[in-house]
Amino acid sequence: MAQLAALFESWVSPDLHDSSADADIAPKRLACLMTQGEIVAGCLAPHPPHLVYAENPPQNEPVAEGGWEQLRWGYERLRESLKDVEYDAIVLLSPHWQTYVGTHFLGLPQFKSLSVDPVFPNLFRYHYDLNIDVDLTMKIHDKAAEAGLAVTMMENPDFRVDYGTITTGHMFNPEWDKPLVVISSNRSRDYYSVEVMQEMMIELGKVTREAILESGKKVVVLASNSLSHRHFTTESAIPEDMSKEHITSHAMHLWDMRMIEYFRTGQAQRILDEMPEFTEQAIAESDGGGLSWLLSTLDTPTYPATLHGYGTIIGTGNAIVEWPERNHTEGSQ
Amino acid sequence: MSQGELVGSYIVPVHPHTVLAPEQNEGWQRLRDAFDEAAKRIKEAEADLLIIYSTTWPSIIGHQIQADPNPEWVMVDHDFHALGSIPYSFNIDAEFAHAWDQANAKRGLKSRTVNYTGFPIDVGSVVALKLLNPDNSIPAVIVSSNVYANRSETTVLAKSCLDVIKATGRKAVAVTAMSLSNRMFTTPIEPKDDKIHSLKDDEWNRKILEFLGEGRLEDVGQLSRTIHKQIRVQKVVAFKPMWWLSGMNGNRNNLTGEVLAYEAIHGAGGAVVHLDPTPSGAGDKEYDEDDVEFFSGERNVLDAEGDAPLPEPLPDQSSPSSGPALWEPTTGESSVNSEAAPKPVGMYPHARRVGDLLYLSGVGPRQPGTNAIPGGPISDDQGAPLDYDIKAQTRAVVENITRILEEAGGSIDDVLDVTSFLVDMDRDFSGYNEVWAETLGKVGPTRTTLAIRALPTPIAVEMKVIAKAPQEN
Repeated sequence: MAQLAALFESWVSPDLHDSSADADIAPKRLACLMTQGEIVAGCLAPHPPHLVYAENPPQNEPVAEGGWEQLRWGYERLRESLKDVEYDAIVLLSPHWQTYVGTHFLGLPQFKSLSVDPVFPNLFRYHYDLNIDVDLTMKIHDKAAEAGLAVTMMENPDFRVDYGTITTGHMFNPEWDKPLVVISSNRSRDYYSVEVMQEMMIELGKVTREAILESGKKVVVLASNSLSHRHFTTESAIPEDMSKEHITSHAMHLWDMRMIEYFRTGQAQRILDEMPEFTEQAIAESDGGGLSWLLSTLDTPTYPATLHGYGTIIGTGNAIVEWPERNHTEGSQ
Repeated sequence: MSQGELVGSYIVPVHPHTVLAPEQNEGWQRLRDAFDEAAKRIKEAEADLLIIYSTTWPSIIGHQIQADPNPEWVMVDHDFHALGSIPYSFNIDAEFAHAWDQANAKRGLKSRTVNYTGFPIDVGSVVALKLLNPDNSIPAVIVSSNVYANRSETTVLAKSCLDVIKATGRKAVAVTAMSLSNRMFTTPIEPKDDKIHSLKDDEWNRKILEFLGEGRLEDVGQLSRTIHKQIRVQKVVAFKPMWWLSGMNGNRNNLTGEVLAYEAIHGAGGAVVHLDPTPSGAGDKEYDEDDVEFFSGERNVLDAEGDAPLPEPLPDQSSPSSGPALWEPTTGESSVNSEAAPKPVGMYPHARRVGDLLYLSGVGPRQPGTNAIPGGPISDDQGAPLDYDIKAQTRAVVENITRILEEAGGSIDDVLDVTSFLVDMDRDFSGYNEVWAETLGKVGPTRTTLAIRALPTPIAVEMKVIAKAPQEN
């Protein structure tokens, strides 16, 4: 028992953790003795602000006459799918918190402000109030640092949370009753290549998974990104006029359907393999790393995902996809 | 009211270090000192408007122009949040913003104004306005950098801005908030260790600054795509601010340039450069890319009929506004009309088929859609003569003839007889004859050239054509 207490101390004390010769071994041993955490689901959960706009929640100032129903119904199905699933936190990676100096994490317990989308301010002016699971955030942060990734905690209280995080956060959980872990999109694709981006995001996904499992918490992981990402450059007078909404080109449609086919048939590895071509040819928002990170947190799943919805938003392709990891973890089958 | 003008241009870096932590690095301090010097010069120039084109405000739906008269918030950088927060309260010239938006529409450009409480003013604009206009005494306007905009769109954005400056009599200063090389270190560094990310980036930066120091702004603009490939991380916004700034300065290469500072900010190339419009005495060197007056690119993806009306030409050097009204070409059983040809100035078709022959109405050089005159008009709205290029006008005439013949199913090779009209035979015959030899001369029609006093629009040449009619099926 004394040995266990020492191990525990070495784990929770950052000072001892770094200096102990057993530092690498201790947490693993201890994790086995504690309640194992779990990723209950992983989801591709896109963030175009049009979805929140069309929902007319009280937090958003503009008012819409509906629109983009296929995707909003898709989010409804996703929420229904998880209605009876218990979980403690949501871990979310947003491509609209773009960081060039490593990966950053929201690091304060609460953020409350007004988020105005700089691209579609006519659609999205949302008063948000969200809570952060700082403890879980720190665990992921520390594990990423140990793995050699450049990571930073964002602890400036004036920081405004990006609209991608808020849109995905709202559409997935409009009650905002679960704390979040919010991870920035490191733009290593811009600096190097899709391959380098993917290598880093796969590593970040692995440590995210490890940290969640060691935390003892049940978690949903969300990648907030579209698929094909070529926009129309004009907006109709009524933005929610669905007679104007369609994919920008046949090529984009083909790429989206190819990816969805892989989602639905459990071919995550093929998605990772084809990520460079997909990202470049479909100008896909996977360039932000979210999809690669998500698949890595799920340990590159081989089971079919559930497609809850697909639709276009100002020409971009968006899919709402759930990997029900709770049904496929060891011991649960 | 005297005509407005641009009294100066500045290039400034975007990162918040110069506002929040100049004392932490000698180079950052030198950039800050250069900002302060630029602010002093702007005051001395008695500028009454600051126009910021910011690369850290990307947009998708055309360009966006800030029109909130007093935007207030606290800005925190996405990367450098640990440096602190920047509260801001700016003095925006909303009236100018709306006028610019309308001027864009007249030149065929999509833009919109934004006026929303809490709109996140981007870091580049915040840094520029905080340091160049610290007491908010000069009204400002901010424009986004559209991620899909090409050179012609960005150039026209500048020209429409100049339209408003001239019309409102403003003494404006143009500012591009941008990095030169934009590759930052991807891990945190100690301030004392800051340097340009690579020797290659540094060499390119110095070459760009050498050009700018010589006032060769248009040359830098024309190198924009190369610079972007060589030393820019492929972020959403390319090295396009040089297109805009050169457009604002008349696409010139003989400005008076001065580099006030050049330093690294977390590895990126940051410079404060002053470009004075006073000619430097150097020759205005040639440049290769076409000048653009109106934007006519792909901007009407959603609704070609409803969302993108054809632009109305503005009064300027190349498009007559006070000429005769334009008409839709008349239609009839034997008439041939082309959307690709300029609209008539009276009630007649572009061409008419009679038997085996096509008779074309007189064809000038005006451009379809914009009514612009390649080579420039021969006189301004008041009738004062202008310099113009007869060769460019003649080539445009031949192109318009070709379009009409192709609409009829034929080609330029079908031309049988041409009657040409020149308003200044002495001045223009030689240039006209040279282009003729390169084009219609090779086809071999008969030709008659006449000197006349005037044509209905301010053009120098018009041709009356008879051609073989294509076989009808």
